[in-house]
Amino acid sequence: MIPRPFEYHAPTTVPAAIALLDQYGDEAKLLAGGHSMLPMMKLRFAEPAHLIDLRKIAALKGIREVGNEIRIGAMTTENELIWSPLLQQKCPLLVEGAGLISDPQVRYMGTLGGDISHADPANDHPALMIALGASFVLTSAAGERVVSADGYFLGLYYTLLEAGEIMTEIRIPIPAAGSGSCYAKLKRKTGDYATAAAAVLLRMQGGVVAEVAITLTNLGETALKANDAENYLRGKPLDDATIREAARLAMAICEPAADLRGDIEYKTAMAGEMTQRALRTALSRCSA
Amino acid sequence: MIKKMMVTFKLNGKSTDVVVEPRELLIHTLREKCLHTGPHIGCDSSHCGACTVDVDGMSVKSCTMLTVQADGSELLTIEGFAQGGELHALQEGFMQEHGLQCGFCTPGMITRAYRLLKENPDPTEAEIRYWMAGNLCRCTGYQNIVKAVQYAARKLRGEPVQTSYPLMETTTH
Ligand SMILES: Cc1cc2nc3c(=O)[nH]c(=O)nc-3n(C[C@H](O)[C@H](O)[C@H](O)COP(=O)(O)OP(=O)(O)OC[C@H]3O[C@@H](n4cnc5c(N)ncnc54)[C@H](O)[C@@H]3O)c2cc1C
Ligand code: FES
Ligand code: FES
Repeated sequence: MIPRPFEYHAPTTVPAAIALLDQYGDEAKLLAGGHSMLPMMKLRFAEPAHLIDLRKIAALKGIREVGNEIRIGAMTTENELIWSPLLQQKCPLLVEGAGLISDPQVRYMGTLGGDISHADPANDHPALMIALGASFVLTSAAGERVVSADGYFLGLYYTLLEAGEIMTEIRIPIPAAGSGSCYAKLKRKTGDYATAAAAVLLRMQGGVVAEVAITLTNLGETALKANDAENYLRGKPLDDATIREAARLAMAICEPAADLRGDIEYKTAMAGEMTQRALRTALSRCSA
Repeated sequence: MIKKMMVTFKLNGKSTDVVVEPRELLIHTLREKCLHTGPHIGCDSSHCGACTVDVDGMSVKSCTMLTVQADGSELLTIEGFAQGGELHALQEGFMQEHGLQCGFCTPGMITRAYRLLKENPDPTEAEIRYWMAGNLCRCTGYQNIVKAVQYAARKLRGEPVQTSYPLMETTTH
């Protein structure tokens, strides 16, 4: 399978990439790691006339700590996330999530910005980003705007990103000391997308839940934030009964599509199971 | 008409120029223009790893990379492993430990295992299974592939190696 003919551009700066986007408009597509884009082009689901490769733009790489935030260039690969000592220490949820994405070869190429931008409900980073309270820097000829991950994903492959914009940076507030987290992902085999997955970021205080974020992957048209489950848990102890009730509330917002990974009932049940596992593991990782 | 592009890379240490349409996939350039047919096409859909090559220190599925993306890169394929008539430790390991049956997945397996051992010279069995998970084999059941990688790891660390399948000794009755 070979894509339709296109012209290839490899700009070395963000302004040059934006100028190309503006010049070619609808005809143009950005290429990051290519591991969603090229398969779609091979199948002719995508047929851009101009492909703008971001890989030569050094400014889109790197992971740094700025104040109480971690800032990650959009073109940082999964593998770079996994091996980052800064993330291992300060944001282990992202490391755990990246390590569950696909397989090693895909992780060498696939990028954080590409995974978020693709916005397939099966992509893992959208749910991780919402759980972490991340925000995204979108850059265009008009300048930069910063948008919150919660609310960014509007539907299947559909986000707040507008024509002429590039996601340049991902900003993640460093979770409070003592927080515990977990990404529980059920998949049929290594390298697969989630049948159901739940991300949890949790902080306990005095034996009760002080802060909690629960998000779900591949259980609706976009990543889901389980607001009712979160609200229910705040101020309560995390015991078997509250964990079960939180899972029930999380299951109530699921609208998965039936496919080879399972029917709606199975996927919804697994959403509950993953929520329970993520909550229990996150609790065991809390230190306070 | 889309213009063809000149792409220059180092292939197994040799400077190589090719002229390709931007849409050409790296696997096709390697097999059809460079006549390096070690990297195989198994699934053509980024799943099996048979097409794995090493690009600038990364294991890459070359059915999911454009040749134009490899401009300026250093590429290593299975053709670059044996040196001066000597098999690479990984090739020896796959032979000694019977890490293959039909051999279709083997070039990709060895190329991937090479990068794994560069990053982790002393992997546990669980680590080998996790970091080799992008390579599928229809024949072996993986047990001997794991042993082959362990064999090569020991040899590359300078430790003595011994196959777990010594030739059957002739017994006298
Ligand atoms: C076999 C296989 C298994 C996989 N399994 C998983 C999995 O389990 N979980 C998972 O999450 N993913 C999985 N993936 C997808 C993989 O993680 C992709 O790499 C990812 O979805 C896209 O990232 P990319 O960098 O490759 O982006 P590309 O494929 O290059 O781009 C994807 C889309 O995002 C746009 N885009 C890219 N970068 C930007 C940017 N900076 N700003 C704006 N738009 C941009 C592109 O134009 C394109 O529309 C799998 C892929 C394969 C091939
Ligand atoms: S042929 Fe490339 S991954 Fe299967
Ligand atoms: S040896 Fe036959 S596919 Fe692996």
